Formats: sequence, C-alpha cells, structure tokens
Amino acid sequence: MQKVYTKIESIIGDVITVRAEGVRYQDLAMVGSSYANVIKLDGNLVSLQVFAGAKGISTTDQVRFLGVPMKVSYSENLLGRVFTGSGRPMDGGPELDENMIEIGGPSVNPAKRIIPRNMIRTGIPMIDVFNTLVESQKLPIFSVSGEPYNQLLARIAMQAEVDLIVLGGMGLKYDDYLFFRDTLENSGAMGRTIMFIHTASDPTVECTLVPDMALAVAERFAIDGKKVLVLLTDMTNFADSMKEMAITMDQVPSNRGYPGDLYSQLASRYEKAVDFEGAGSLTILGVTTMPGDDVTHPVPDNTGYITEGQYYLKNGRIEPFGSLSRLKQNVNKDTRDDHRALMDGMIKLYAAYKDSFEKKSMGFMMTEWDKKLLKYGRLFEEKLMALTVNISLEDALDLGWKILADCFEPNETGLKSSLIMERWPNKKPEVR
Amino acid sequence: MKNNEGHVVGVNGNMVTVEFQGSIAKNEVGYIVVGDTHLKGEVIKIRGNLADMQVFEMTNGVAVGDRVEFAGEMLSVELGPGLLTQIYDGLQNPLPDLAEKCGFFLQRGIYLDPIPNRDWEFTPVVAVGDKVRPGDTLGTVEEGVFTHRIMVPFGFDAVPWTVKKIVTKGVYNVRAEIAVLSDPKGREEKCTMVFSWPVKKPIKLYKERLRPDETLITKVRIIDTFLPIAKGGTYCIPGPFGAGKTVLQHMTSRNADVDIVIIAACGERAGEVVETLKEFPELIDPKTGKTLMERTIIICNTSSMPVAARESSVYTAVTMGEYYRQMGLNVLLLADSTSRWAQAMREMSGRLEEIPGEEAFPAYLESVIAAFYERAGKVRLNDGSVASVTIGGTVSPAGGNFEEPVTQATLKVVGAFHGLSRERSDARKYPAIHPLDSWSKYPGIIDSERVEKARAILFRGNEINQMMKVVGEEGTSVDDYVIYQKSELLDSAFLQQNSFDPVDSAVLPDRQRHVFDLMYKVLTSDFVLEDKKGARKFFNEMRQKFLDWNGVVTDDPRFAETEDAIEQLLVSKVRQEAR
Repeated sequence: MQKVYTKIESIIGDVITVRAEGVRYQDLAMVGSSYANVIKLDGNLVSLQVFAGAKGISTTDQVRFLGVPMKVSYSENLLGRVFTGSGRPMDGGPELDENMIEIGGPSVNPAKRIIPRNMIRTGIPMIDVFNTLVESQKLPIFSVSGEPYNQLLARIAMQAEVDLIVLGGMGLKYDDYLFFRDTLENSGAMGRTIMFIHTASDPTVECTLVPDMALAVAERFAIDGKKVLVLLTDMTNFADSMKEMAITMDQVPSNRGYPGDLYSQLASRYEKAVDFEGAGSLTILGVTTMPGDDVTHPVPDNTGYITEGQYYLKNGRIEPFGSLSRLKQNVNKDTRDDHRALMDGMIKLYAAYKDSFEKKSMGFMMTEWDKKLLKYGRLFEEKLMALTVNISLEDALDLGWKILADCFEPNETGLKSSLIMERWPNKKPEVR
Repeated sequence: MKNNEGHVVGVNGNMVTVEFQGSIAKNEVGYIVVGDTHLKGEVIKIRGNLADMQVFEMTNGVAVGDRVEFAGEMLSVELGPGLLTQIYDGLQNPLPDLAEKCGFFLQRGIYLDPIPNRDWEFTPVVAVGDKVRPGDTLGTVEEGVFTHRIMVPFGFDAVPWTVKKIVTKGVYNVRAEIAVLSDPKGREEKCTMVFSWPVKKPIKLYKERLRPDETLITKVRIIDTFLPIAKGGTYCIPGPFGAGKTVLQHMTSRNADVDIVIIAACGERAGEVVETLKEFPELIDPKTGKTLMERTIIICNTSSMPVAARESSVYTAVTMGEYYRQMGLNVLLLADSTSRWAQAMREMSGRLEEIPGEEAFPAYLESVIAAFYERAGKVRLNDGSVASVTIGGTVSPAGGNFEEPVTQATLKVVGAFHGLSRERSDARKYPAIHPLDSWSKYPGIIDSERVEKARAILFRGNEINQMMKVVGEEGTSVDDYVIYQKSELLDSAFLQQNSFDPVDSAVLPDRQRHVFDLMYKVLTSDFVLEDKKGARKFFNEMRQKFLDWNGVVTDDPRFAETEDAIEQLLVSKVRQEAR
C-alpha cells in the first residue's frame, strides 16, 4: 500500500505537511529523494520531518508513504562502516538493507535488570582508580568547547576491553569525524567499530536520529552476547537539534527554549544502557559540552539527573572533584584490597594540596606540611592526572604508593596501618 | 451494557485525539486498538465530540481512523491481599510477571492481573443479617505478618448494606465470591477479596482526621531530633543531582518505624530500583523478623518508561497506601521524584497547548501538588483505630535552584523540608541535609527548647566560620572560636551519620536521646581554654571520642567506657564555678 501524494500544504523549517489517509504515526515516507517520518497526525493533515532538510522541496514534490517505521540494518556487515544519521553509507560502501530492525524500541523491564558488576578497564588512572567505569553504566563527560573530549573518547574506545564500539557523532566538525576515523583505523580498532555520523553541516533532523540508530544497533549486538560500548558526542548538539525541531513545531518551550520533554528524551536514550543477564551489555559514554561552563544549563543539568555520575574534563584533565562514578562501589571492592583506601586517601591529600596551593597563591607562609603537599600535588597531577598517562590499574595503584612514599611519612597519609605495613614501598624510589 | 466507542482523529506524541459518540467521562480509560494490541489511555480533556487522551504507551503506528474502546470507568487500581512484595509499573502491571511473559523488554499493550491469583485462608467477622457500610470489614486473611482486612468495596453506595451470605472460615481463591450484600432497596451485590478504586479519588472512609503529632522514627539523627517527620505528615527532600536524595530515601525505606512502605520510583534511574529489588528480599526487618520486602510495595515507572504512566504512578502508590491505612496500619509513601511527575504534567500540558505558567509548568501545578500531599494524614477509622499515611517526596530542582516552581509549590504544603546542599555533599557530609536552611513543624524525640539552643549554636558557629574566612583565624576571639568548634562538633559527631557503618547507619531513639544529652552538656558547658590551639586540640579529641562512641553497640562494654572518657575529658576543661 504505497500511496503517492503530490500536494504539499506547508513547509516550515524541515517540517512539511501533506493531506493523506491511512498514515500511521512515526511511519517513514520518501519526500523527493529524502526520507522523512511522521511526527504529527491531525485529521488527514500529516506532519513529516524531512531528514535531509526541506531546502529546495517544492509544493509539488512527491510524498510516498512506505508504511513502515524507521529502521536500521543489523548484521556483522556493519562493522567497520560509517553511516549518516538516516542510515545511508558515508564511506562510499554499499547500502545495507538486510535484516532491518526498528529504532527507538521499548525500554528494558526493570525487573530484568541486574546490579552492575564488571569493571571496564581503560588504562586511564583517573578513571580506573578514582572513578571506575562499570559495564552497563551511562556516564557523560562534562566539558567545555575546546577541551580534548573527543581525544579522550577515542582513547577510551581504543583501549577499553569491549567487543564492539558504536560511535554516534552529533554536530561533529568534519575534522573531528576524520580524527575519529583515522585514529580508529591507525589503531586497528576500526574493524570492531560502527559509526553513525552527523556533521555540523548535515541536516538537523539527522542529528536527532543518531543516538537512536546507534543504540538500536548496539542493543541488538548486546542481546547477541557482545560487550558493547556506545560513544555519543556531543549530546548537547542532540538536545539543540531537538530544540530546533520543537520550536519549528510551535511547541511551548520550557527552559531556555528547550522542549518540556528534554528530560524524558535524554533519559530514553541513556536508559538503554543495560547488562543483559546471560547475554552481553551496553555501556554508554557520552559527551555533554556545557555552554559557558555552566553545569546548571538545562542539558548538563538534566543529564546529571539521568546518568550514573559524570567525568569533569577541565584544562585537559579529568578533575577528581565533581567527577563521580556512582557505580564504582560495585566493582572496586573486588579489584585489589588497597584500591578503595588508596583512592580515598589520595583524594583527601589532593584536596589538602588544593588548599595549600590556594594559600601559596595568596602569599601565605608555607609550612613544612604545605611543602610536602605541594610536592605531592605536583607529582599527582603529572604522574596520574595527565591524560597521556596510560597504565594498568595495578600499576597505577603501585605508582600511587610510590608517590605517597616519596612525599610523606606513612603516618601522615591517614591510611590504615595494616595496609601501610603491606604496601608501603621499602626503598624510596625516585619519582620525579 | 455496551460501552462507548470512538476513533482516532489526531496523534501528537503520546496525546491522541479521539472523536466519540455518546457520553464519556473525564479521566475515563480508553483503549486504542492498533492491529491486535490495545493501548491504554486516559481522557484528560473533552471538547464537543472530541476527547484528548493521554496514552500510557508509545504511540508509534497509531493511525487516524483506529478504533478506540472506552472502558466506562476511571483509571483504577485493584486492591486486595497480595499487593505486598509486588513490583508494579505505574499502571499496576506486575513487572516480574511481565518479564516472564515478554522477556527483557516492556512490550506495550500487555496488561496482566495485578493481584496474584492464589488462595487465602479467609476468616469471616460478620454474620448473615449484619449491617455493613463501605470500608467495613467482612473478614480477614493473614498476608505475611499483617492481618489483611477484606472490606466492603469502597465504591459501594454509602448506605447500610445487609449481609445476605458470607462464606465460612476456609481457603478461597482471591477472586472467589465470599459474600453477598444487599442494599436497602434489595439490590444484591457480590463481593470477592478484590475490588478496584479510581486512583485520583482520595479514600475518605474514616471518622475524623487527626493532627500528625507522633514522630515517625527514621533512625537518622538529624531528622529525628532536628527535623522530625510525623506519622500522617508530609515532607519533601529537594536537592541537586548527586546530593544523595535517593540514598536518603533508600535508608528511610529500610529503617522507618512504620508498618508498610510504598516506594514510588517515578521517572528516575532504573538502576536505583534494581538495588532495592535485589536487596530488600535479603534484608531482615528487626521488628518482624521477616524480610523487608514483606512490608514493601514498589511502584516503578522509571525515566525511560512512558511518560503518562509516570503521572499516574504516584496516584497508584498513594491509593494503595490509603487502602492499607483502612486496615489500621501506618503507611509511608516515598515518592522519588515528584519533579519528574510534575514534568510529565508539563509535557501533557504542552501538547494540549494550554497557556503555560512559570517555566512552562501548567497553571494548575500548585493545586495538583497540594491535592496529592493532602492525601497524607493521620485518621481515626470508623472502628476507632488510628492509622496514617505519611508522604515523603524528593524534588529535583533544575540547576539545584530551590526557587523553581515545583520546589516552591511543594514547600507550601509540606510539614517538613529537608533541603540537601551540594556544599555538604561535596564535603562528604552525609546525610547532606542542610541543618540551618531546613525546617520542620512536627514534634521530635527531644524537647524543642534544647534543640533550639543547639541549633542556635550551629547558627552562630556558621556565622563565625564565615567571618573567619575573611579575617582569618588570627582575627577571631577565643570565645568565638570555641563556639565555632562546638558547632563543628555537633555537626560532625551528631548531625552527620555514616551510612556504611553497621552501628551508626541506624540509631534507635533511646540512643539518640542518650547521645544528645551528653552532646548538649558539651555544647552548653563553659570551658577553660587559653588559646585556639588548645581549643582545637580539645575539640579534636572530643570529636574522635564521640565518633568512636557512635561506632559501638550499646551493650558493648566499650560503650560505657567511651562515655566515661568523654565525661572525664569534659570535666577536665570545664570552668568550675560555671554559672
């Protein structure tokens, strides 16, 4: 039942309306050569958002309803491929249309969820040691434009021990897309990567489709037993695209122009993160850039209420304060017996260093203790916080002990004596 | 009787416009027939022969012309034995059963029997010929540790009904006929153990409403002594993300001294519910010796589940609360988070193209929030027993700013306000309830005079601390410094509580009073301390001792020892000719 209509009633932004019968909500249509989907039905007046944008669409263009909702192909053939937000190849490869699955499917029954239990190792001490990433976690990187958040994502993608990476890029600069592609290709990770890319110059509607496409594919791989990591960058662009569409549709804005359902929309994507008992898992690592470094901006604010913590990327480092992995307790008890204590102890000392540093910059006298802290802070930032550091969790813990031993007497660390007896390095190694 | 039908004429997100014939009621339930699935919805607006329905499921695939069947009743929940230990979604669909049927995902359009189909041992308490009214007890069954009253359905006309038939003591299926009643006109109605009640209508079958004047013990010191809540009262917990709202609710759901706890996880993370789901069946309730699950009902409509059902989930929860209240029990309803519920209203209001109020929330936001919290209360039932529903709701204000509409509307109607502060949670001071900004109108476990005095010290200490940040420690007098140290001591050793410590995480009221007595003595004593260094040393020692004390069980000999040590330390520095 493919009906063709040739009278477009209105074109506003990327939304067109046409009079048609028997159309279903969320059905797919072809408008000219572009896909579009039904976003509103009012009597026989059908509103469609045109994926490729409505530029150049004329009132006499053909609208052909396909009678199916938006779908994406799912097979092993996706691996190593790059697609646009509407699922078309972006890498010059063939179109894929076998085994189509629906996007934006239902959510997981909470009764079927399990308590997350597996750590994902990334080789980044600020994550592995201090805010461990856990399988099935949803975690955004809160950052500001100009920070190397995409570099961080790419590194995690290359190093994380997962079976499959699905990258959803929204509003990416073309350079950033090339950066991701080249980095993954050079590291050999491309073969286990699928990309859905919307660049800044692509139509807005496709941006809003990227997370759904990426997550639908990832979910199926997870059900089939794969450990999937989904990277979404940048979710603020996604939210802005939704805002644009909402305003086009004359929706009443709620906060700074964003639609009232921003929370639900973000949540329905992030909540796709899950550990399927007896199958694979889906972990989401997103990027949320904070306009004006303002964490109370609607996008980071709503995101914070949804996700299980956040990483603060500031000045090229993951800040230990403000960063939080809500699930780390589930896993860091089973890594190494000194993990938790060392994590807490080192952060407390680093907080003390911050105080001393502030005192120093205000010109106060430095005591012996302050000097020790300053040395500690410098080593901590150089050896552990720098994003270039790439060591295993165990090495990072050992290094932590070395730094402590290099700066303090055992009883100054506030760590339990039994742990110190066991772990304190005997000879002072030179850490500089 | 044939119910009304209609057909779809418009779809906008989860709002569907239906053209209907005949008469339908506002809040009536209707089902949209899409293929062979029925999607449940509720009528929220009627204009002429058009009705706007909010649909509790995803509306993908709905077409203009699809048939709509109206059910002829308002959105209701089923009430009966077997509700306890259940995990429902916002429409009372049992989630574990659904999982068994549909696997990992929530399939739309599947509605299962909410009340488990099983047999109960029924003991009648009325005889043939007795007169009964709605809400009166016909008989009882033992549901776990509770005596569950099987009552005359609340929806029956409020007239004296005559018992025509009642079954004898024995085992009956939950849906089997157990009694026949007839009204004064001789019309007969059959009763089973199950009946339904519309969620948006408060159950008012009681003699009178009483003032909530009995402290509800939560075993959290800062709450029970400083910011108490009362049985039948209301309170709210606003706070920015990461400040520990959910952890606090979780602690309360475990430790609260009530009969039944209903947890409404409304629009929050699914993972948090999972923790409760997996932990509660393992944890033993010291009061009953059974698992915590046996006193708990979980209503779970997490953030990715359909928005309209989120709106109904808090009503579903409070209706179940009122039902158990009718049995003479004390019920605590924890709603996390009411902001998500308000946002669900905002979404619908936007789709209805209503004129928006502040931050696009609908203008009726305040009255709806007020009406919800008013369903809490302590009541004297018709049989003379006293029972209560207490409501505690978290609020997730945008940007952590309490000036926003939902927080403000909530503050107007609650009896206690536990404001969480980012500052305190960042400093790892848990529970992060701000002791100065928060307030409570309910009586606590310690006389208000002493609490006020302790609070005054806290207040003054805070002022001094602010001043010290400007003038430095050098510019502060020793007397002021001592007050500051006292306030810090009260904060760190009494108001803060370590939820990971097995002893400190839940403190019984007797112990709270005992510790407070000694703490109060320290706070009101006049000390001989020459300089700040000495003062700091003295209070550090004091704090360490109090913290040690908090970690010991009362019947451990070290409990008395530590207490002695604190007393001695106190006496060693107290000014002898004090007062």
